[in-house]
Amino acid sequence: MAQHAENAYYVPHGTKWPIIGSIGMFLMLGSAAMWLNDSAIAKWTFYGGAGILIYMLVGWFGEVIRESEDGVYNSQVDTSFRMGMLWFIFSEVMFFACFFGALFYARVFSVPWLGGEGTGAFTNEMLWQGYQNVWPTAGPAQLGGEFQTIPAFGIPFLNTLILLASGFTVTMAHHALKKNQRKALVLWLAATVALGFVFVFFQVEEYIEAYMELGLTLGSGIYGSTFFMLTGFHGMHVTLGAIMLLVIMLRCMKGHFKPDQHFGFEAVAWYWHFVDVVWLGLFIFVYVF
Amino acid sequence: MTTEHTHDTHDHAGAHASDHHDDHDHKPTGFMNRWLFTTNHKDIGTLYLVFSLIMFLIGGSMAMVIRAELFMPGLQLVEPDFFNQMTTMHALIMVFGAVMPAWVGFANWMIPLMVGAPDMALPRMNNWSFWILPFAFTMLLSTLFMDSGGPAAGWTLYPPLSLQTGQSFAFVVFAVHMMGVSSIMGSINVIATILNMRAPGMTLLRMPLFVWTWLITAFLLIAVMPVLAGAVTMLLTDHFFGTSFFNAAGGGDPVMFQHIFWFFGHPEVYIMILPAFGVVSEILPTFSRKPLFGYAAMVYATASIAFLSFIVWAHHMFSVGMPLSGELFFMYATMLIAVPTGVKVFNWVSTMWKGSMTFETPMLFAIGFVVLFTIGGLSGLMLAIASVDLQYHDTYFVVAHFHYVLVPGAVFALMAGTYYWLPKWTGNMYSEKWGKIHFWLSAISVNILFFPQHYLGLAGMPRRIPDYSTQFADFNMLSSIGGFIFGASQLIFVGVIIHCVYRSKVKATSRVWEGAKGLEWTVPSPAPYHTFDVPPPINAQTVAHADEYDH
Repeated sequence: MAQHAENAYYVPHGTKWPIIGSIGMFLMLGSAAMWLNDSAIAKWTFYGGAGILIYMLVGWFGEVIRESEDGVYNSQVDTSFRMGMLWFIFSEVMFFACFFGALFYARVFSVPWLGGEGTGAFTNEMLWQGYQNVWPTAGPAQLGGEFQTIPAFGIPFLNTLILLASGFTVTMAHHALKKNQRKALVLWLAATVALGFVFVFFQVEEYIEAYMELGLTLGSGIYGSTFFMLTGFHGMHVTLGAIMLLVIMLRCMKGHFKPDQHFGFEAVAWYWHFVDVVWLGLFIFVYVF
Repeated sequence: MTTEHTHDTHDHAGAHASDHHDDHDHKPTGFMNRWLFTTNHKDIGTLYLVFSLIMFLIGGSMAMVIRAELFMPGLQLVEPDFFNQMTTMHALIMVFGAVMPAWVGFANWMIPLMVGAPDMALPRMNNWSFWILPFAFTMLLSTLFMDSGGPAAGWTLYPPLSLQTGQSFAFVVFAVHMMGVSSIMGSINVIATILNMRAPGMTLLRMPLFVWTWLITAFLLIAVMPVLAGAVTMLLTDHFFGTSFFNAAGGGDPVMFQHIFWFFGHPEVYIMILPAFGVVSEILPTFSRKPLFGYAAMVYATASIAFLSFIVWAHHMFSVGMPLSGELFFMYATMLIAVPTGVKVFNWVSTMWKGSMTFETPMLFAIGFVVLFTIGGLSGLMLAIASVDLQYHDTYFVVAHFHYVLVPGAVFALMAGTYYWLPKWTGNMYSEKWGKIHFWLSAISVNILFFPQHYLGLAGMPRRIPDYSTQFADFNMLSSIGGFIFGASQLIFVGVIIHCVYRSKVKATSRVWEGAKGLEWTVPSPAPYHTFDVPPPINAQTVAHADEYDH
């Protein structure tokens, strides 16, 4: 691959990774569907597909990192990468918006209607007589049985502080990178990764408590559904973000990134801030109110 | 303009770039390298277009099954459940497999050529966004061979009915997830290409309208595909993991799904039609030999339509039970869309007004689009009236409406665009005679096919039912005959394309059409494998339309 001058266009050479990724995705999701249909071997082909996907991610990112370190990319490529990441995060925002939408719809419309408000009077009268519009609720049939909720100002508040602190540490790492203070960079990043995994640890603890002691499960009506889907998808994103930060930290330790050129670092930092902001929404609308 | 001096610096180099690449194209050797591992926007565009044509034929044959069953009252050919699978799969395949990938194929081929870019901004991701699709549709189509059969609850997948789908349910959900991933990556690529890869001097308001409409389409896609992913994910967890999103006993609401689905679904219909607006806005000026009337107004109208598309979704749900204020809001917001759409139709007609018009096949399809899409738009206005929609809802009137905007709308524009750019893609001219035969057969039969469905709907024939009352017999038979002719006519389309690619002896010039303007007509035909090494010059000669040059 020849080095390109700043004013010429850059087009990468061909790549085998996408087709590998497609095969992995097909195998993983096809197996997941068969697993849901109680197939005995699907579990193993699912892991096989996931393995292929991970192989693809490592290989593809590895290639891009090598090219980047070799100085193949010009500033136009850098801008394309930035736009790609920003629009990807926007798509993630819309994904969470969908589940927040479900939460708001349930609280503003469906639960009050079931309780007899607005146009729901007849439903309440005929089907669910005596059902009161309250939140949290497992619905008029009390699906999943009695449950209690996680108090906001316990672990969730602690997790809020942890994520906010991690937003601070990753920003400090960025400043260190810009000033070329490599040691401080790695230390601040290590702190961020650690905070990320501590968050995930507490989240797991919270789930165990919910299932074991509070009777709050995914099946606890609309409250359980929205609670676990929102916090669950968020937790997955935190896990992914923490892994991404870990990779960036390892790259920093190998001497990657320059004070004026470090898109990979910034992309992950953006992602981390996005995860942070989603959590603030969760804390306010899922736990506090 | 700060861009003026860049013209001079790149003038020489730009002219050079295309010459240079004629000599050696650097096409990868071997099938795998060329098609599986490709990062070339033209090859990926071709893959998208061929894939969508195949899906168009598969989805079309399902439509033939539907029309054959509806040829006469009574059940003759297929089981009712299979009929429902056909309506569901026909829609899923046509929407996600035929029309959307076809537009992405056009975007891939044309946007880099139109803005003076060497390729898409993220060429490797471009490969992935295509190569997910064959796997996604293999998964979707495989459900037809399962014990439970394919999905049969309609493409909208409304619960609680869709939750009764058997074995195939999870496959359908995951196939939709894969299509979503593909669309989102494709759209990110389009946006990054348009915003970052334009040649210096190609300012936003000098871009061809096709590029503009795709920029806005891509934004819509990134905004709503994740919402569809979320909606089907909730269906999946309701089905398999005991959540209660759409279950009133648990405090949820099946109607909630409809709101979320149509928050995706309404912008989705504009995703399918906005690029069509773009293509027609390219073709009409060429064959009218006049600049596009009101270029800037077209851009703003497109943006307005996109904005409005986010706040009208519940007009699909007037009969489902909504507070009166909701019915009114969605009714008025929907009617507002007629304003920017009216601006567009007015501008198209004004573009042709007093033009020196000729009627080559692309132009015929474009004019067919303007006339027939407008009919579909007007029946949409009727459906927008909440009070009368209570009668039209779920009848063949709705079927007639959306087929008018999708078939002689989006699909005609796809065909217009194919005939328009086929010489640029292949270097050969297609057969004008057979192109015209294809147009006239399609244009006449599509009206025989869909126009009677308006009357059927107004008379009360419900959609998605394999049998009907005998008073609907004549119009149904007429509609089916139109359907068979329309279906058979599309084989001509396939024949014309194959002939053009492999057999045509008539070589295309660079400009191809006498009145064609824009960057894509400055490069040779076929367009060289790598088009622009360095940015091409942008000036009044190479810009397709911009108000500043129109005087």
